Amino acid sequence: MRGRLKSVGALATGMSLAACVTINIYFPAAAAEKAADRIIDEVWQLQKEGAKKTDTQPAPIKQQ
Amino acid sequence: MKTKFQWRPTPALSALNAVAVTKNLFRAAFALLALLAAVGVQAQTNLEVNTPAIAALKNAMQARHAQLAPYYASGAVGIARDGSIQLRDANAVPLAQRQAVNGLVAAENGDRAALYREVARANGHPEWEADVRATFGQRWIDKAQADWHVQNARGEWVKK
Repeated sequence: MRGRLKSVGALATGMSLAACVTINIYFPAAAAEKAADRIIDEVWQLQKEGAKKTDTQPAPIKQQ
Repeated sequence: MKTKFQWRPTPALSALNAVAVTKNLFRAAFALLALLAAVGVQAQTNLEVNTPAIAALKNAMQARHAQLAPYYASGAVGIARDGSIQLRDANAVPLAQRQAVNGLVAAENGDRAALYREVARANGHPEWEADVRATFGQRWIDKAQADWHVQNARGEWVKK
């Protein structure tokens, strides 16, 4: 009895996890672009006014 | 329903019980599903890029950029469409520096390839690597300085 309930629970959990993976299987283009911008700004030390903080980085030197 | 000293569920009662428990389980599973879906949506709005591997690559590329910048400016090195950089005009580099520039370009491209791979992997989808590379390829060009050379859609080098 208990074993059967457990297996029902396990099945439900497995199904929800599978559903989550299905939801997230497509490439999130907008999020990737945002991530790319953040990384490129740091590597090329581009400073946008009003932009998000550049954590763990030394103060960028403006050189344009 | 007969009663015994020691309570034991009859088949009918345990079936009823099982239905109730299963109903609760389904409710719990549904709540879990909703939560996971919310987490999935959350994950889509932001890609994970704060891993030690990505930070190390960023630092290395940032340090290298100071050495590469003059070659971008002279047009010797251009920003390619595929998310890499290329020595597009070796003649623009004095002979004595060519070896060094080639080394810089190779090192940069190695780090960039690792970066695209790491970003895809940090988000649990190694198969996204090509998409990550394509996204970066476009954004490097968009953010390149006005006098740098970039590759257009037909693969030709143009001054931005």
